[in-house]
Amino acid sequence: MAASGNARKVSEAITGYLFISPWLILFTIFSLISLGYAVYLSFTSYNLLKPPQFIGLESYRRVLEEDLFLQKALPNTFKYVLIVVPIQTILSLVLAFAMDQKLRFRRFFRTIFYLPSVTSSVVISLIFIWIFAPQGIFNQIMGLSVNWLDDPRTAFYVIMGMNIFTTSGTLMLIFLAGLQDISPSIYEAAQIDGANGPQTFFYITIPMLRPVIFFVVTVGVIGCFQVFDQIFVMTAGGPLDSTTTITYLIYKWAFRDTTIKMGQASALAVILTLIILGVTILQRRIIEGSGSSAER
Amino acid sequence: MTTLSTTSPRPGEAPVVLDQVRKGIFYALLFFWAVLSIAPLYFTLVFSLKPVANAYTPPIWWPIPFTLENYQTILQTFELFPRWVMNSVVISITITIFRVLFCAMAGYAFARIEFPLKNFLFNLLLVSMMMPGVVTLIPSFLIIGPGLIRGGIQLGNLTLPTGFNLLDSPWGVIVPGMADAFGVFMMTQFYKSFPKELEEAAMMDGSGRWGTFFRIVLPISQTQLLTLGLLTFQGAWNSFMWPLLVLRTPENFTLPIGLQWFRGEYYTLYSVVLAGSLFNTLPMLIIFFAFQKYFIRSIASTGSKEG
Repeated sequence: MAASGNARKVSEAITGYLFISPWLILFTIFSLISLGYAVYLSFTSYNLLKPPQFIGLESYRRVLEEDLFLQKALPNTFKYVLIVVPIQTILSLVLAFAMDQKLRFRRFFRTIFYLPSVTSSVVISLIFIWIFAPQGIFNQIMGLSVNWLDDPRTAFYVIMGMNIFTTSGTLMLIFLAGLQDISPSIYEAAQIDGANGPQTFFYITIPMLRPVIFFVVTVGVIGCFQVFDQIFVMTAGGPLDSTTTITYLIYKWAFRDTTIKMGQASALAVILTLIILGVTILQRRIIEGSGSSAER
Repeated sequence: MTTLSTTSPRPGEAPVVLDQVRKGIFYALLFFWAVLSIAPLYFTLVFSLKPVANAYTPPIWWPIPFTLENYQTILQTFELFPRWVMNSVVISITITIFRVLFCAMAGYAFARIEFPLKNFLFNLLLVSMMMPGVVTLIPSFLIIGPGLIRGGIQLGNLTLPTGFNLLDSPWGVIVPGMADAFGVFMMTQFYKSFPKELEEAAMMDGSGRWGTFFRIVLPISQTQLLTLGLLTFQGAWNSFMWPLLVLRTPENFTLPIGLQWFRGEYYTLYSVVLAGSLFNTLPMLIIFFAFQKYFIRSIASTGSKEG
């Protein structure tokens, strides 16, 4: 009996591994080996023509001495995250809260609000290039003559606004699902205790939503730190590098520059990963620390 | 559910008129955001129906003068457009089929089958969901393309390649997308919450794990598979950065890459670009409207990760 039990266990284990094998193989190649190789490359100088040369921390020093990183990409990326993440989180929370009310045409509004998120990053960028062109319809409607995407003072804000606009639909649906998970009996209890609208919102809805808020902010932070598509299509990092972000710089060094710098780009990718990790841990502390009534 | 109902008149509270005003402002704001949400697509449609020469001239609200020449240009003059659409369709569908199957298989195993290192691997999967994609971008590119080590690894007479040599091939886009951590996680959670009875009955009848999985488990998890499939298809259909790195010749581009390339080559034909962009947006819109319920569920499910 024990022997056959063991044989069954072994065959279960083999079956288990066969079931996960497609994922496990791809995961090993494109996540584990890739991550290890990225760290290795970050200590080398590599231009694709000659084998990578080990130079230790030299490529990190080169990144940190690069003006394009220190003066442009680093501050630009932080500026982008600090502006886009709070606005898109609050906006989508407000939209979700509105969609959670008893109102007429609720499904209609919900569908319409999600539309900007259906459009792909490239297509919405192509549309916004044309809307914000010098003779584009934005200037026509507002009676302005600003060259939005060629002006270093405005280009980055157009991209930020566009991305807030397109992400809010997706985030709204995530918040809405979280709102609908809150049991009505809690609201009823609050009403019996005499809580008014704002009190209910700040003392019940927000604390109950904390896990969802954490998720939306985390996804927002990770996504915003890696913003690329819209920048590639709309400005290619310009004008005057005013929209160059870290991910765009990684792409530029690794794939676009005339002298390819894969090692230096990898070092920057590692730095970016550490930044994202640090910020995620920090914001987890903030969200979990705010309000001692955390229910989880 | 809450605020509007609590603003209903009660003794000692704001009079009904004020309440009506508030409600009016609320609906006005909703309506304003709705108009804003439709505007880009509406203007795109209008301008795709105007001649190239009128791309920047008023009227901006409706297509006058009206023409279909931009669509004719796309379908007849530039044979690349239909190719890009086909490439996008083939690549996105292939990725979706593989990913749904592989994620369901792995999710089922994590939820039901006992095997060594299961918890360790599952934790690894959870951690990998938080890993920013850009860090593995360069090595993944080398693996798909020229190889991590140029010329491969020499083992005596044998040369082991360290890359798939799939640059400029649709498979270079498809292979890394065939499985993903979030999908596995989602299917694991689903099968964990799923009653075992049906499977156990099938196993009693002598079906092995594989038979049970393909004949019983997959068919009854249709809804969940559709949910994951929609999410995957949307991601693959709209994906930009990876195809941009892998695909090199215009014949092999997907539609997003093609549109961006076309804009660079023929920047004066912006109305054609916008007409072409609708071939990217419309299929997604149709799928969205057809499967709205599942779509909304799929997006909501991404947020239940923590909850």
